[in-house]
Amino acid sequence: MYLADSRDAPAAVPQRGRRWAAVPGTVLALGAVSLITDVSAEMVTAVLPLYLVSGLGLSPLGFGLLDGVYNGVGALVRLAGGHLADGGGGRHKAVAVAGYGLSALCKPLLLVAHTLPLIGAVLALDRTGKGLRTAPRDALISLATPPERRGQAFGVHRAMDTAGALCGPVLAFLVLGVAAEGYDAVFTVSACVAALGVLVLVLFVPGRSGGVGAAGSATPSGPLRAPALLRMPGLPRLAACAVLLGLTTVSDSFVYLLLQRRFEVPAQWFPLLPLGTAAAFLLLAVPAGAVADLIGRRRLFLLGHLALLVAYGLVLAVPGGPLPAVVAVLVLHGAFYAATDGVLAAAVAGVVPDAMRARGLALVGTGQALARFACSIGFGAAWTVWGDGPALALATAGLAVSTPIAIAALRPSACSPAGPSACPSRHRTS
Amino acid sequence: MTVPPRLAVLLAAVLLLGGLSAWAVVHAAARAESRGLPRAGEPAAGPGAVTLATGQGRRMLFRTMAWGPHRDEVVSVPADDPGGPRVSSGVRCLRFHASSGTGACLQAEHGPLGDTYRAVVLDARLRERRAFPLAGIPTRTRVSPSGRMAAWTVFVSGDSYAGTNFSTRTSILDTRTWSLQDNLETYRVLKDGRPYHAADVNLWGVTFADDGHFWVTLATGGRTWLARGDVAARTLTTVRQNVECPSLSPDGTRIAFKKRVPGLPEDAPWRLYVLDLRTMRETPVAERRSVDDQAVWLDARTLGYALPGDFGADIWTAPADGSGAPRRLLSAALAPVVVE
Repeated sequence: MYLADSRDAPAAVPQRGRRWAAVPGTVLALGAVSLITDVSAEMVTAVLPLYLVSGLGLSPLGFGLLDGVYNGVGALVRLAGGHLADGGGGRHKAVAVAGYGLSALCKPLLLVAHTLPLIGAVLALDRTGKGLRTAPRDALISLATPPERRGQAFGVHRAMDTAGALCGPVLAFLVLGVAAEGYDAVFTVSACVAALGVLVLVLFVPGRSGGVGAAGSATPSGPLRAPALLRMPGLPRLAACAVLLGLTTVSDSFVYLLLQRRFEVPAQWFPLLPLGTAAAFLLLAVPAGAVADLIGRRRLFLLGHLALLVAYGLVLAVPGGPLPAVVAVLVLHGAFYAATDGVLAAAVAGVVPDAMRARGLALVGTGQALARFACSIGFGAAWTVWGDGPALALATAGLAVSTPIAIAALRPSACSPAGPSACPSRHRTS
Repeated sequence: MTVPPRLAVLLAAVLLLGGLSAWAVVHAAARAESRGLPRAGEPAAGPGAVTLATGQGRRMLFRTMAWGPHRDEVVSVPADDPGGPRVSSGVRCLRFHASSGTGACLQAEHGPLGDTYRAVVLDARLRERRAFPLAGIPTRTRVSPSGRMAAWTVFVSGDSYAGTNFSTRTSILDTRTWSLQDNLETYRVLKDGRPYHAADVNLWGVTFADDGHFWVTLATGGRTWLARGDVAARTLTTVRQNVECPSLSPDGTRIAFKKRVPGLPEDAPWRLYVLDLRTMRETPVAERRSVDDQAVWLDARTLGYALPGDFGADIWTAPADGSGAPRRLLSAALAPVVVE
């Protein structure tokens, strides 16, 4: 598999002996920011249903109907975030601070929002912040890391991010354990934690990305606008494959719903299903990133989808679902995220020059998110027409067809070692 | 900036934010503790014998929400003196219902990693017969008129970042065989006369006609229906649109329900109605506020329902035929049931 990264990199960053030492400080700082922010965000997510039902006495049914709208807005905001971040010679940090800051400001707002529409608006604003910050943050990670270590760097970041997501609910329920019905205390602590995350970002993440990208990044040729992204060698195919596979990736909610319906999962375990996926993601993210650096990111990206294919197959083929099957599905689901989430960002970073990095990441990320959203709508419709089993069988068939197409499309034919001239180079002047 | 000043700023911020967090938690803990102390102006409660047995006078059992040591316990008051002293049972329930000597109590168990919930079947002396783990936050429960069947609904929450996808899960239990139908969504649905399946089907608020038949809310595609359920055939048949939280009258001829009325605010969209099953005519109840509760029939002509109050919720009452005016029956109370 082609990855042109390693040719130019050694000049940019001195090699160190140990692999771990090679994770740049900026990446660890951004990982810490994500960890802290996810503790804050998941504290709120964990207690929100209880707060609505027990604290406010509301019936939150139908509240999720607007989820799709929010997701669509989030995807567009992500594009805007990428565009803003690349402008003016790199305002990644400023846009990231704005995004993290906006989400942090939403936490104290929960203290005063007491109706469903208001709480929905606060959550939408929170997601806007998340959409805004994702592309500049991933751009900062890629710009701070030598190309041949980016898989690992994104793996470390995603692992720290997920660790925060797992710790948040624990902290929230510790607070509720000390102060029964203390939802305001949970929101206050969450706001404080979020503020700390923004502060760590402001203090410890360099404004002009240190490391590799610091020396300034020339653009390959001419003015670079969004259409230029699509003419960039490698990127359209990568984006198309991400969208194609996204179209056959059933959303998490449906996966857990299918597990509940088709497998005999005891009721009290339902809340633990997402934790299973997250735990597997946490444990596998760093190794997967390192493997991606060795065997190629696109190859691992495709392997991740194969893992998902096996998971779907298990749900379809194992009736009644004994416990080992449930665990296997969750591990494969987590492995899918470990092999695709950070790895896709690393692969995109490999074909997009520094000056357009955030835009490129946003474009592919948005395409993938919108494709998954479209899949959710299609999956829900298929469920209505044919039932849950046939709907999953359809998605599985779609994934089984898409994966080989993606493998063929991403085959390094044009960029084989025999023809390196056709490959995008690093476009770096340093 | 060099590292030491940055670390100093970070340290100062950690102390400040940590201090603020600690203050918020201590403040909330103190408030929680004060809820364990009785307050003036609240209905008083003291321990005593609470039973579901018949022949001991007409009385009301409900969850008291008054502050004090008996908060959230099932208590009993004489039906003709609802404001009188509350006799508390020592059994804590978030939701409660009872019929013919069988009680259903949905309760929280406090654990180090948050609350878990269980449904407990109680005998006539409110002793636990059997308990079942719940998948989410309790919202509704009902016992069939004979006391044999019990049903409950819980909220199952979303699973993603800032997740706002809520769904319900409704179960039916046969207390004679202890066979549990864990998820009513596995029933065959006949909507408008045709088989129907969808990922977004939600069911809540069972009310029993007898041990084999019940009514329930079915929601899909953003709309709700009144559905008739058959336990043996495992079928649900939709009957009428825009009906939530049905409650069947003791004579089985009318259903009290909350109806989504156009033009009301998004966060308070319901009015209480009664549907006559023979004529299929709806009558609005005299209550003009939005009611988010599964009403109970206190007798053949009178409804009871919860509205937000100073201590969480109060129980109000109004005639089922749409006449009269609403009246507050119990303060600091939830989930009432009349036992004779």
